[in-house]
Amino acid sequence: MHAVEVTNLVKAFGSFQAVKGISFTVNEGEVFGLIGPNGAGKTTTLRVLSTLIEVTSGNVKIFGQDIVKDSSEVRKGISYLPEDAGAYKNMTGREYLKFIAQFFQDIKDSKSMVEKGVAIAQLGERIDDKVDTYSKGMARKLLVARALMIDPKLAILDEPTSGLDVLNAQEIRRVVKKTVSEGTTVLLSSHNMLEVEFMCDRIALINDGKIVETGTPSELKRKYESSNIEEVFVRVVS
Amino acid sequence: MSSTSGIIKKEVKELLTPAALIPIIIMAVMFGMIGNFIGQVNVTLAEEPVIGLIDQDNSSLSQIAIANISENAEVIYNGTSVEEGLSTVEDSTAMAMIVIPEGFGSDILSNKSGTIEIYWMMKGAGLTDSIPLTTLGFLITNVDQTISTSLMGSNFSISPEVILKPTKISDTTMLKGREMTGISPMTISTVMQSQSTMVPLIIVMVVIMAGSMVITSMGSEKENKTLETLLTLPISRTSIVFGKLIGAAIVGLIMAVLYMIGLGYYMTSFSSSSSIDLAAYGLTLDAVDFILIGISLFLALFAALALCMILGIFTKNYKASQMMTMPVTFLALIPMFITMFSDFETLPAAGQVLIFAIPFSHPMIAMQSLMFGNTGLVLAGIAYEALFCIVAMFIAVTLFKKDILLTGKIKSAERRSAFPIASMIAGMLRKR
Repeated sequence: MHAVEVTNLVKAFGSFQAVKGISFTVNEGEVFGLIGPNGAGKTTTLRVLSTLIEVTSGNVKIFGQDIVKDSSEVRKGISYLPEDAGAYKNMTGREYLKFIAQFFQDIKDSKSMVEKGVAIAQLGERIDDKVDTYSKGMARKLLVARALMIDPKLAILDEPTSGLDVLNAQEIRRVVKKTVSEGTTVLLSSHNMLEVEFMCDRIALINDGKIVETGTPSELKRKYESSNIEEVFVRVVS
Repeated sequence: MSSTSGIIKKEVKELLTPAALIPIIIMAVMFGMIGNFIGQVNVTLAEEPVIGLIDQDNSSLSQIAIANISENAEVIYNGTSVEEGLSTVEDSTAMAMIVIPEGFGSDILSNKSGTIEIYWMMKGAGLTDSIPLTTLGFLITNVDQTISTSLMGSNFSISPEVILKPTKISDTTMLKGREMTGISPMTISTVMQSQSTMVPLIIVMVVIMAGSMVITSMGSEKENKTLETLLTLPISRTSIVFGKLIGAAIVGLIMAVLYMIGLGYYMTSFSSSSSIDLAAYGLTLDAVDFILIGISLFLALFAALALCMILGIFTKNYKASQMMTMPVTFLALIPMFITMFSDFETLPAAGQVLIFAIPFSHPMIAMQSLMFGNTGLVLAGIAYEALFCIVAMFIAVTLFKKDILLTGKIKSAERRSAFPIASMIAGMLRKR
């Protein structure tokens, strides 16, 4: 069974089609990257898969469950990290993790989830400070921790290292890789081509709402006779 | 200069938005409505009063009084029977029946003020119901002056005090089937107004504050980008809507209780300084009445919150959410102003429909309605409020499942419809 199975997905906002009939699959246990220029439809696709916005037409199945008909069940197994997500500013980092963990109590012990979240966030004593006092990097680490602490079957990460410095970004990549090794499937989007090349088993290039290329990083580099994914991206998109 | 004009243009464009203009336009319309209302009262004041007249004394002085009153009023009953006179004026638009009892003339001639009995026909307990009745006061002043002139030209030995003020008034007010002896309509409406001012004020304060909490909460969720995470958690959208509403309702009720404590102190001080005891006329509330007022208040609060939740769905950020509270504020202010000065039952039909349609009106009119035994109106109001809450909740939950929650925009096809939200919900129902 595929972790994600997207068939002819169309997402329109009024007369504007943001996603124009894309199809792709994500295998269980792999890291699948969705890359493309600004406005290509990456975030819209991730939002549809996260059950956040409605499907205009087409089919999306996550671990065999239809995201429209079985949205409640789908949400139990996924974790979505939006690009510019925030946390409740009047809570401390730990309170925020506890708040999220309570919704997954049926699936896993809430205390161990929070402990895992605290470990992933690596905020030290600051975990008990108000989120309002966090720097952008600290807040992002807390949100990544929130997304991964529940051991989701599928983690949908939109620009997971957005706004982080090199060291913090590297740490997040390491945590994501570790989560994958523990059985989580990851679908991510990123503008950072090095990150994509380093993390993803397979990549789909999306441009103007359509998937224009799919393959492993090495396959794509070979096909476009490029030394890295950034060059592949430029050749495909232009 | 051109750079300054550029800044001016930018500032005007930024500040002069529909959101800034609409409240001012609504305020202007409201002032216009209030002005029109006061104008109608002025017209009534200028009209000749319609009365019933009974002379049981038949003395020369009573005849002077009757002649004087008849000159300045439209008399629809002129006889000697109080019962017959009351039944005639009660079935008409007459504002009062004036009775000059036996002994009126002889009392004045024996140095005592002659009593004039006035049976006031008060239609409602509002200030606007009692103001037109004041025209009758001018008639009595005229009667005093005419009798004084007559006494000054006579040979009777009467004290100057009685010559200057030869009559005294004995008031009996007929209001909604009750006969209230010794009280004038102005006293009743003043007491009622004092009692019914605080309740609408509390409701308006609670509705505005609790409502703005819900809208602001939605605005903050969107601005701080926490909503997307919340929506992908394994919890139904209905539970999120209910959770938000009940949380705000609890805070709203705490606010209401705090205001009520203040109101309690106000009412205590008010009772001790009151010139009349309403309980003596059966105008009291029992435990059931208080429960009904409580239910009505809770439903009004919940209706406000559900309405604010719908508005909150359309808000994009914290700043926009501040403006979104305006429609709810105005909906609360309209019944507050009207019920402060008028009795619901004496409003014109259009006014009654408008007030009834606004769910926040019902706790405002409940206290007075229950005092006068109109429980049916209060129960109908509660039923309407409950229906309003259910419909508003359904719309809120429906919208919570739509893209508009995140985009804040209605799809173009739905926007072109005359009723975009209705069109969107109809579309969703069709899909089901």
